[in-house]
Amino acid sequence: MSAFLGVVRRDVRLSLRQGGEVGLVLGFFVLTVLLFPFGVGPEPQVLGRIAAGIIWAATLLAAVLDLDRLFAADFADGGLDLIALSPMPLELAVLAKIAAHWLTTGLPMVLISPLLAVFVDLDPAAIPMLMLGLLIGTPALSLLGAVAAALTLGARRAGVLVALIVLPLYLPPLIFATAAVEAVLTGASARSDLLLLGAIALAALALAPWATAAALRQALE
Amino acid sequence: MFTDFALEGDLVGAGLACRRGERIVFAGLDCRLAAGGALMLTGPNGSGKSSLLRLLAGLLAPSAGRLAWGGAPIAEDPAAWRAALHYVGHLDATKPALTPRETLGFWAALRNPATPPAVETALAAFGLAAVADWPCRWLSAGQRRRLALARLVAAPAPVWLLDEPSAALDGEGEARLAAAIAAHRAAGGRVAIATHQPLDVTGADRIALDDYAASPEDALAALW
Repeated sequence: MSAFLGVVRRDVRLSLRQGGEVGLVLGFFVLTVLLFPFGVGPEPQVLGRIAAGIIWAATLLAAVLDLDRLFAADFADGGLDLIALSPMPLELAVLAKIAAHWLTTGLPMVLISPLLAVFVDLDPAAIPMLMLGLLIGTPALSLLGAVAAALTLGARRAGVLVALIVLPLYLPPLIFATAAVEAVLTGASARSDLLLLGAIALAALALAPWATAAALRQALE
Repeated sequence: MFTDFALEGDLVGAGLACRRGERIVFAGLDCRLAAGGALMLTGPNGSGKSSLLRLLAGLLAPSAGRLAWGGAPIAEDPAAWRAALHYVGHLDATKPALTPRETLGFWAALRNPATPPAVETALAAFGLAAVADWPCRWLSAGQRRRLALARLVAAPAPVWLLDEPSAALDGEGEARLAAAIAAHRAAGGRVAIATHQPLDVTGADRIALDDYAASPEDALAALW
């Protein structure tokens, strides 16, 4: 457990220290959302209607932004060899790195989302549901993204490749999370949407570390 | 500083072969690393020294042959084998934004979470105490090499696998490395070193990798 927390702490510390990687993702997220009021026009009926979709689409794009860096730096400097050779199972080390990725990209986006919801005229009553959906959904984004990041390790232009692989996988969380917000807006029950979103996150938690570790072992051969 | 490793058992490789893509790098290689022993791997560039070390570490699966540690095949309990070895590859695994002290503390704790890492001892053993709190981006290539080697001292392990450990080191650094290796072996530790440079390691067994290079005919035969 302490080895797990050690990896999380190191990765969080690295991304906080390395020239504002957290700030980059967050800045991209905010700017992408802010494009819409300018593009669509400020009518509340139009903007508020598509607000959840705007925020979620921006979340997906921002989550992909630094995915290729998840393992690439450790792969290039030999650190991944040492992580693979440590007594800790590689699956667990992978989970620690994914947790650190979520803490530095997913969590800040969850926290800033209420502010952005105001910018795009989302009904304030739906903001808690938007945040809940992001809280459940963003870990799934990091988990699924890690698989793609590991598969493309060592490839040239890995960043673009990761986006192409992973964005289709992000469709189910997008659909159910925005449907949950929609349910709140129309007065329906969001329960089934949330359960499905939770199921996706749990399935990703159960499968992604193994798939990622297998891909990393392949890359290290 | 060093614990007694003599009773851990031998590292034995029998009939090891390595294949990268369609090329047989080496084949039919036997090796044995007993308590206090040292193995020097020599050979020209591309003869498979690094591949053999990666294969011994378990990062690379041998295409033929068996590897055993303490009487049991490594494939049966890879976690126990990983817990027994230190691998220092030709990359230094340092992060520009972290300090040597943080780097050592992290790698040592990852290897051996139960015991507090001997970070200060390790920094002193490789003469890094003065730069311990600089970010690694300020370190020279030789200093980063020393930092990678300091991992060996920061968390004890019975087997050291070193890939060109003296690359970028100055004379003083080489002497410190030789002293660390000697102390490790005196405590019953084992070390396998791939190197071009003459390194002061007494009584080492030598394996010349070019002796095990597969001839083109053998390589073809192995493919079929």
